Amino acid sequence: MAAVFKHELRMYFQSLTAYVFGAFLLVIVGIGAMLYNLQAAVSNFEYVLSFSSIIYAVIVPILTMRVISEERRQKTDQLLYSLPVSTYQVIMGKYLALLVVFVIPLAIICTYPLIFAQFGDVYLATSYGSLFAFFLMGAALIAVGVFISSLSENQGFAAGIGVAVIVLNYFSVTLSEYVSATALGFALALFVLAAAVGFLIHYLTRNDNLSYGVGLGLMAVVVIAYFMDSSMFEGLLPEIMTTLSLFERLDVFVNGVFDMTAVVYYLSVAVFFLFLSVQSLEKRRYN
Amino acid sequence: MISVEHLSKYYGNFLAVDNISFEIEEGHVYGFLGPNGAGKSTTMNIMTGCLSATSGHVRIDGFDIFEDPDKAKRQIGYLPEHPPLYMNDTPMEYLRFVGEAKGLHREELDRQIEEVVQKTGIYGVRNRRISNLSKGYRQRVGIAQALLGNPKVIILDEPTVGLDPLQIIEIRDLIKELGQSHTVIFSSHILSEVQAICDQILMISKGKLVAFDTPANLEKKLLAPNETRLTTDAAPDELRHILAKVPSISQLTVEENSGKWTVAHISTDRSDIYELSRAIYLAFAASDKVILEMTLKKGTLEDVFIELTESSTAQKPAGQKEA
Repeated sequence: MAAVFKHELRMYFQSLTAYVFGAFLLVIVGIGAMLYNLQAAVSNFEYVLSFSSIIYAVIVPILTMRVISEERRQKTDQLLYSLPVSTYQVIMGKYLALLVVFVIPLAIICTYPLIFAQFGDVYLATSYGSLFAFFLMGAALIAVGVFISSLSENQGFAAGIGVAVIVLNYFSVTLSEYVSATALGFALALFVLAAAVGFLIHYLTRNDNLSYGVGLGLMAVVVIAYFMDSSMFEGLLPEIMTTLSLFERLDVFVNGVFDMTAVVYYLSVAVFFLFLSVQSLEKRRYN
Repeated sequence: MISVEHLSKYYGNFLAVDNISFEIEEGHVYGFLGPNGAGKSTTMNIMTGCLSATSGHVRIDGFDIFEDPDKAKRQIGYLPEHPPLYMNDTPMEYLRFVGEAKGLHREELDRQIEEVVQKTGIYGVRNRRISNLSKGYRQRVGIAQALLGNPKVIILDEPTVGLDPLQIIEIRDLIKELGQSHTVIFSSHILSEVQAICDQILMISKGKLVAFDTPANLEKKLLAPNETRLTTDAAPDELRHILAKVPSISQLTVEENSGKWTVAHISTDRSDIYELSRAIYLAFAASDKVILEMTLKKGTLEDVFIELTESSTAQKPAGQKEA
């Protein structure tokens, strides 16, 4: 694992990736800090983080797009398979290297609230609580990016899907509120989502029975539940989206609440997608 | 050293490797020979743990590659068909990464890197980016990577493909040299190559192991020399007349008749071809005609190869050892 970690880290700093990622993050947070803390003279640094979070949609895919897809394109994945290193160690080594690249600009950002505190009252607890959540959310999104990168040997594809997934996650709550607010509208939306899950499983596993089973099963559950008690669908979709959204949970921290459930959720998302990445790599051995 | 038992691999419905079993002993050079798509790479990928098998076992020095991958993989150095190189690394950085992943540290790592760099002759390019290296050097870096950790077995998948003739000779010499201190298994679809380097040949065709023997034995076993090509100044009719006195000629075909020379093929059912040559010579001497050229057609590995791969549905692999 240490060998993979060191090798990856060196690659990030030899290429532009680490610098582009860091520069983007620092620029957007810098602009946020200018607008909120300096121009508008607001003393809440956490607003800057809330404002900056959308940048993840751009920089996380830039960082993660090549992490596994490039191995497959260069056929170096064969080397990793033949080395006495487990797939789990490979993924963890790569993930930790990504986290280091991520933490370096974040460490610089960590000094901002302290600097601002020299010139006025800054709510340091909320600032650092939000920064912590900001880090966890980034870590979770990077894990998602690693998984997406493991799906294809095309970096561009990995980046595109990565941007789409993160943007969709960012706007999911807003979008779900636009869906017809009746129980029927939400039921239909859930029905379509169930079908999408089925297709996704089919794409990932190429297993007909499993994908049709899950997809049709979920669709059936939606239909049956709708006819049994349509009232339970009212407001259900935005609720589900709020629960699933990574970005919504950051706002809880920004509002000054240290939400343990969000911490657990971020960590679970990271672990879940790293687990999927390991499976995705393992699957290549069993095609 | 390596035992492969009843190995099969399906890609979907396609049977790529069909119930292969063999045993590889320490300290020889083994050649995997077969046409493209015969299942050579698949077998090698399974042996090195890069691919799962549908059924069967592979044991490296007693360790099962699927159940005990860590210990089994430490015994193997593998160079896949496409050298798995990180293009942005220099050979030194790359070898350091592979060495560390194989569990080498500090002085031992430095010493082994030094050793493989010398052995594979990449010292002069060790600090250049791999993306700027020629194909021959990339192949060498790939071999150097396989040598790290001092594995007992080196497995090379088509190490000479795409190289120029000079590079091919260099890589062959390197393989021969490695064969003195390691067990080497390499695959190729070029016969002369396998013939020149290997102690033992495994022939694979359509996923089946069709032969496993030394190159000399394979030639001997499959084609006894039983054909003679003859050039003479006798006209075809005279030739037939002369040879009528020679016993045990099963077939005589006149291939070419330029008016001046006649070229003929003579087949025999007799096992001792030199006895036939002697009889032919004496017959010509008696009739005052001259043999201008006489060649005995010997079975070459090429014939064996074509014969075996075209009739690979044959039930019994020739000369296969009991695994």
